[in-house]
This record gives sequence, structure tokens and C-alpha cells, in this order.
Amino acid sequence: MTLGDSIHKPLSDMEVSIEANRCLYCYDAPCMAACPTHIDVASFINNIATGNMKGSAHDILLANPMGASCARVCPTDELCEGACVYHADDTPIRIGDLQRYSIDWVMRTGTKLFTAGKPTGKSVAIVGGGPAGLSAARDLRLLGHAVTIFEAHTQLGGLNTYGIVPFRLSTEVALWEAQQVVDLGVDVRTGVRIGEDLSVASLLSEYDALVLACGMGGVPPLGLPGEELAGVWDALDFIERAKTGGEIPDLGNHVAVIGAGNTAIDALTCAKRMGSDHVTMYYRRGESEMTAYEFEYTFAKQEGIEFRFFCLPVGFHGTNNHVREAEFVRTEVRDGSVMRIAGSEFREPVSAVIRAIGQSRLVQTLQAFGIDSDGGVVRVDDALQTTRPGVFAAGDCIYEKGSREAMVVEAAQQGKTVAQSVHTHLLTGAAHG
Amino acid sequence: MANLASSLAGITSPNPFWLASAPPTNSGYQVLRAFEAGWGGVVWKTLGTPITNVSSRFAGFDYKQHRMVGMNNIELITDRPLQDNLLEIRACKKAFPDRAIVASLMEVCEQKAWHELVKRVQEEAIDGFELNFGCPHGMSERGMGAAVGQHPDLIAQVTEWVKEVARVPVIVKLTPNITDIREPARAARLGGADAVSMINTINSLMGVDLGTWNPIPNVDGMSSHGGYCGPAVKPIALNMVNCCARDSGVNLPISGIGGVETWQDAVEFLVLGATNVQVCTAVMHHGFRIIDQLISGLNGYLDERGIASVTGIIGAASSKVTTWENLNLNYAIVAQIDQETCIHCSKCYIACEDAAHQCIDRTIVDGVAMLRIDQDHCVGCNLCMMVCPVDNCIEMLAVDNGLPAESWKQRVERNT
Ligand SMILES: Cc1cc2nc3c(=O)[nH]c(=O)nc-3n(C[C@H](O)[C@H](O)[C@H](O)COP(=O)(O)OP(=O)(O)OC[C@H]3O[C@@H](n4cnc5c(N)ncnc54)[C@H](O)[C@@H]3O)c2cc1C
Ligand SMILES: Cc1cc2nc3c(=O)[nH]c(=O)nc-3n(C[C@H](O)[C@H](O)[C@H](O)COP(=O)(O)O)c2cc1C
Ligand code: SF4
Repeated sequence: MTLGDSIHKPLSDMEVSIEANRCLYCYDAPCMAACPTHIDVASFINNIATGNMKGSAHDILLANPMGASCARVCPTDELCEGACVYHADDTPIRIGDLQRYSIDWVMRTGTKLFTAGKPTGKSVAIVGGGPAGLSAARDLRLLGHAVTIFEAHTQLGGLNTYGIVPFRLSTEVALWEAQQVVDLGVDVRTGVRIGEDLSVASLLSEYDALVLACGMGGVPPLGLPGEELAGVWDALDFIERAKTGGEIPDLGNHVAVIGAGNTAIDALTCAKRMGSDHVTMYYRRGESEMTAYEFEYTFAKQEGIEFRFFCLPVGFHGTNNHVREAEFVRTEVRDGSVMRIAGSEFREPVSAVIRAIGQSRLVQTLQAFGIDSDGGVVRVDDALQTTRPGVFAAGDCIYEKGSREAMVVEAAQQGKTVAQSVHTHLLTGAAHG
Repeated sequence: MANLASSLAGITSPNPFWLASAPPTNSGYQVLRAFEAGWGGVVWKTLGTPITNVSSRFAGFDYKQHRMVGMNNIELITDRPLQDNLLEIRACKKAFPDRAIVASLMEVCEQKAWHELVKRVQEEAIDGFELNFGCPHGMSERGMGAAVGQHPDLIAQVTEWVKEVARVPVIVKLTPNITDIREPARAARLGGADAVSMINTINSLMGVDLGTWNPIPNVDGMSSHGGYCGPAVKPIALNMVNCCARDSGVNLPISGIGGVETWQDAVEFLVLGATNVQVCTAVMHHGFRIIDQLISGLNGYLDERGIASVTGIIGAASSKVTTWENLNLNYAIVAQIDQETCIHCSKCYIACEDAAHQCIDRTIVDGVAMLRIDQDHCVGCNLCMMVCPVDNCIEMLAVDNGLPAESWKQRVERNT
């Protein structure tokens, strides 16, 4: 298995026919409610079953502008398929696969499903061209507002293009999806970081409303000695390089990944597929407390990942400024707290270490916008307006760590919500502060 | 987007999809919901002297995992006072003036009674009448419904009475429980009908409970025959629609009814000669929301073919149906199995071996059944293709046998 080998096997026409006809076409279907963007799943599958591919794709993409990437990266077991009435029998309808089949049809045929609305004369700047920014842009264009996206990277797509491992979501699909939005007449300025290359003040004076969709930052430091050594990676930087073909020197045959969430799984499986013999996850708690989805954990095991639980890193050692050993202490969990076991320190030979303990917050960017945040999470009201009138926010930048992981589909839904709020704001003619 | 606007004998609607006179058009509440969902028109649940219904009254015909391939009912006409229905018709028309509201009527066979009912109902701004000469149970025992529809002279007579006073177009709804559908359709024309609609439900008995021997649907241990409808009746309805479409003695616009559930079903009715379609069972099964699929599917179909208006396909395939004696006896096709997509289930083999012409060779190669058509002996009957579970795996290919086209009729003429 290489980095480019997709984990998704396309359905054959026969599988699609059986699966689509197996769908009960439930009324007020639980799958629809479970989808954060509320795709009318029963309707899109019924359209597939009746050979109406255009109608099916329209059902999906109207509700979810990120329907192509979501059909690949959504944790469907936790969402639509988890709510399917057949789930109790472990045979939920393969909704994600059917969705991919439908959108693949759009990609293959080049069918255009949407046109921009009548120009309103209003203009909106969107900061960040990831799933949240793109969804907002799509719906704002349907409503007829002029849209400019400012994106710090050289390409659109956000984490879809740079952060989600290629065997889950290819760059090609991420860019195609972004292009569908751009084709509605969106002005795109890539390579521009707002707050550095262009001031927030100039945006405020030029546009009628602003949408902040800047996502989150890189993996925060562990704060351990030796962390600055070459060969110690930030998982996001690592995956970005792997995905874009950037250089990754000296990965070697003993890769240690610190963390137990979905990003850790991505870093692990990515390193394995790049050819490292031993790729091991180290986690300070036990298996039952891993935050990665169960199907992700299963996938990692299938890919040949090794797991070490109850190990807390305490430092890294190297020669010639390159990491050679990682030092851990054994732990036990008492009443939910991680306790070090005195004298249990041990060292493991490593050729590379990848930090995957979550994402930091873009505090500087938020400060540049002069908006309030709670620990780096942008504060918004129900309409997703920030504390600065006329400035709205969506996506990971408003994501509060809670029961659910940050997801593309949530970002897409917030993008839609923010577009509606901006629209209402522009119609009522309030100025931004 | 193609233009879906439709006109049946001058009754216009924004699309050719109407709800048939049945439970979905029982009340104003339902009709408003249907119009909100996008239905082009409705034929109101048959009006007349309110009746008392029995319970239970419906039964479904399931095929394996598929529910309601067919449906049977012993329900009668409206059980609500005429005045209530008329007030609700008024409210619906006011809320949705662009949609068609047709009043379905049933009365005893007396001129005065029909005159009174027609006059009373057309005080409301209805777009047309549909005369229910089709209900095959209950009402027929009282000399109404199918009891009229099975007597062409009565059809002509009642239609004439209605036309004497009606100010809006009159559609005659026909029962399929007759020998030749063209006879009652011609009678409707004689009586002055502006259009015909077909089919109403087919005489049926759904089944028996094997434990209690109670027939289904069960009314206190008993049942009576009912009316059959739903997907299973479509082929019967298509034939009847097409027979009338090709008959010069009928020569009336047709509203096609019977088993319409998908946009493809609707297209079939239209190209075989119907001007619009009516739907009952599919809505009883899935709700009004199926209109989305009907409209967007039809739109996509017309757009793809570059057809600007739905009226452009009405009757487009009608003349392709003829009598058997005109079919080309020298046209030959043979089956061919695509070895790439074959899943080696051997269903084609056993069907041909036991029920067709024994022309599929089956050999076991490395434990797998390999299936090949003996094309020299294949008669081109289609059976193997029909039973094959894989789409497009068995294809029927035309073979050039060098013979000129010749029908049975021509052969008989040549030999005499
Ligand atoms: C490794 C990893 C794997 C993941 N896997 C999945 C998965 O399998 N399924 C799933 O549903 N979700 C997954 N997620 C989460 C998902 O990617 C995010 O929730 C989603 O991308 C959030 O979208 P967004 O638009 O808010 O932010 P982002 O996708 O982060 O996009 C923000 C964009 O803003 C740009 N930007 C930032 N600051 C500025 C600035 N000042 N000026 C201009 N541009 C700026 C950035 O360059 C970026 O392109 C994963 C995340 C990670 C990190
Ligand atoms: C429960 C039930 C009640 C019906 N009642 C009427 C009626 O009152 N008047 C009428 O003209 N047809 C009545 N019909 C017949 C339908 O209008 C329609 O002709 C028939 O069901 C075939 O269409 P379908 O296959 O779409 O259901 C009824 C059908 C059903 C299932
Ligand atoms: S559908 Fe069920 S609940 Fe409704 S009237 Fe019929 S039997 Fe009663």
C-alpha cells in the first residue's frame, strides 16, 4: 500500500443498484437528521435507484457543498450510517459509498448543478479557503453576493488539500471541489495571509462583511527537552509534506507517534505507507481511552501499526542534532488522572518522532481581527457573528473541544449558516464595527 | 429546464402529475400539502352521497422484501359531507389558483340526480369533472361505479346528462374490468366526454390467512373482492391507454393511471399516448414528496434529449405498438453473455434449460461454472437476460440473416 492507494473502493453498478434499492426510503429519516448538513439521504438514494443521477447529486450538493470530500472523510459510522435503521443489525445502508458514487458521476460528466444568483452589489471577504470558507463562498454566490477568498496557502481546500492523508482524500478531489465553488465566480487570492500580508483594516474598509474561516494552527509543542532536534515533527507539517510531495529526510525505520486521536492515526498510517518498518503509537493512557474513532483504530491495526499504552514521553536524545532516542516513563491511571510510576523510565531507539496531540489556536490572527475568543476559540452568537458586528466566523476556528472531533461536515454546515447570517446582515444594512 | 406545463382537454396544470381520486385527495388539508410539495393537479376523492366505510379496508401484495408491489382496497367514495368537501375545494383553489382541481363524481343513474350534483359542485371554481364509472366494489352493488362502466350504453347516457349542464371539461374514468377497453372509451366519446382517464382498480382478492382462513383484508372474519392497483398493474394500464390512444373511435385525450411511481413510469404513459398521469398508490406508500423525483427526473430526461416541452413526447411511441400480425418474422436476435461481468450464478442456464430452448452451455472450469450461449440455436426470447441479476451482462444482439422483413400478414398474402 502506498500513500496514493485510496482506501475507498468504488462501488460497481450492481452494488449500487442493490444498495440503493435496499434503502427503505424512511420518512423524516434518521440519517438525514444525523448528518450535520441534513442531506436528504433517502431522497438522494431514491434518485439513484430511479436512475436520476443529476437529481441525486443535486440533493447532496445543495445541502453540502463539500459533498465530495465528505463522502470520503466523514466518520459515517458516527453520523448517517450510525443512525440508519438497519444499523442495529450491523447492515446500515452504505450511505457514504453511495454519496461518493453520485458525486463521482458529477466529476466524470462535468455536470453543472448550480448558477450564481442575481448580483446584489454587496461584497464579502472570506479569510481562509478551507471547507468552512468554501461552503460560505458557495452559498453567498448562490445568493448573488460578490465573494473574495483570501487564502494563506498556494492552493484552496484547507486541510482537505493539505491535512487529510492522501489515501483518504486525494488532492485531486479536494481541488476539484474547491474549483466547483470558484466556477460560480469567486475572486481568489492565494498566498495572502491576512494580518501579515494584508491588514484586517483594509478588508474592513473594502468589503461589506467579513467571514473568518481560518481553521486552527499546527500541533502545539510538548514542552520537553530535545524537542527541537531534527527528526521531531509536527504531524500536520509532516502530513502536508507527505501529501504535497515535499521533502521528509531521515524518516528511518523506527517512527514514534505521540498521541492517540485521529490525527495520530493519520500520522501513523502515513508513515507506515511511506515505508517505515516499525511505526509505533505511544499513549499515556489505556486503549479504552483513545480518542480516535473505533474504525480508525481498526484501520491502523490492519495497516500494521504497533501500540504502546501507559507511556508518557519525558524527553528526546540525539546525536549530530538529530533525534536517536525517545525517553518515556510508565504510567497508571488512577481516578482518571495519569500518574507516573517512579523509576520506570526507559528509552526507545527512534529514527523520527511525530507529535500528534491536537491543534493549537491562531491567537495572533484573532487578535488582528480585534475579536474576543475563549482560549483561542472565537466567540460567536447563534448567527455565528463575532463580537465585532459584520465579522462572522465558521469552521474549526469556532470549534470547541467537546464530545465530537472537528469535522469537515461541521465546517461545511457552519459555512452554510454563516452565509445565511451574512445575507440577512447585508439586507438589513447594518455596518460593521 | 424543460417546460412541464400540461393541458388535458383545456384543464391546465404546471406539470403533468396529478393525484388520482383516492385517499391522498380526501381533504383540503391533504390537498394543500400536496400542492405545497409541488403536485400539478388533483382529482378530489369521489363526491356523492357520503358512505360508511368498513375496517380494515386495504391489503398489500408483497414480493419477497418488496412491500406493496400491488395493493387492494375495499374502500368506497368519500365519507364526508359534500358541503365540507366543497368549502375545502374553495380554499385550495384560492391558495393555489395555478393548480388543477378536478371533482370526481358518482351518483345513481338518474338524470335529475346527476344534474343536481354537477350544478352544486360547479358553483365552486373547479377545473373539470371526472365521472367515476370505475369503482369495482360496494358502489357497483348499488348500481354505480363499475356497474355503469361495464355498460357502454349507460356510460354514453350518463356522460350526456352531465354534459347537458357541465360548464367545465368532463373526463370519464374507466374500469379495466371489461373485455375490450375501447368499447367503454368509445361510448364516453359518444356521450360527449372531453377526455378519458384509466385505469381504475382491477377486481382482486388479496389472499387468505393460512391459520384462520380469514380472507384479506379481514372485516370481522369476512372479506369481499376489492380493487387492485400499484406498480403491478402498470403493464395492464399501459396497454389500455395505448389501445385507446390508437383507436380512431376514441380519439380523446387520455389521463394515464395505474402504477405510476417513478418518472420513468410517467414517461412510458406519456410516450404511449397519455397526456398526463395520475398517482395514488405510490403516494400512499411514500407520501407527497415523491413529486420531487417525478419532476426532477422528467426534467432531466427531457433536457438530456433536448426536448423543450413535455407535450413533445405525448404519443411519441404510440404507433410503435401494432397487432401481432404486423411484426417482422425475419427479425432475429441472439443472447450474448459478457464473460467479464458474469458472476457465474447459472440462473440463465437453468431458465433456458428447463423453460426455453436449451441453448446455454455450462462447463465447470476450475470449479467455476462458465456459461456460453449456443447462438446457432438461441431463439432470442429474452428469458436469460430477464433472469440475469447483473445489469447489462446478457445482451441481445441483432443478427443479420439476410432475409427481407416479412410479417405474418404479408406471408399469408404471399401464399394465397
Ligand atoms: C490530520 C487531520 C485529519 C483530519 N481528518 C478528518 C477526517 O477524516 N474527517 C473529517 O471530517 N475531518 C477531519 N479533520 C478535520 C477537518 O479537516 C477540519 O475540521 C476542517 O478542515 C475544518 O475546516 P476549516 O475551513 O474550518 O479549516 P481549515 O481546513 O483548517 O482551513 C482554514 C484555511 O484558512 C487558511 N488561513 C489560516 N489563517 C489565515 C490567514 N490569516 N489568512 C488567510 N488564510 C488563512 C489556512 O491556510 C487554511 O487553508 C482532520 C483534521 C486533521 C488535522
Ligand atoms: C384506497 C383507494 C381508494 C380509491 N378510491 C377511489 C375513488 O373514490 N374514486 C376513484 O375514481 N378512484 C378511486 N381509487 C382508484 C385510484 O384513483 C386509481 O385509479 C387506482 O388506484 C390506480 O392508480 P395507482 O396504481 O396509482 O394506485 C381508489 C384507490 C384506492 C387504493
Ligand atoms: S394508516 Fe394505520 S393508523 Fe392510519 S388509519 Fe390506517 S390503520 Fe389507522
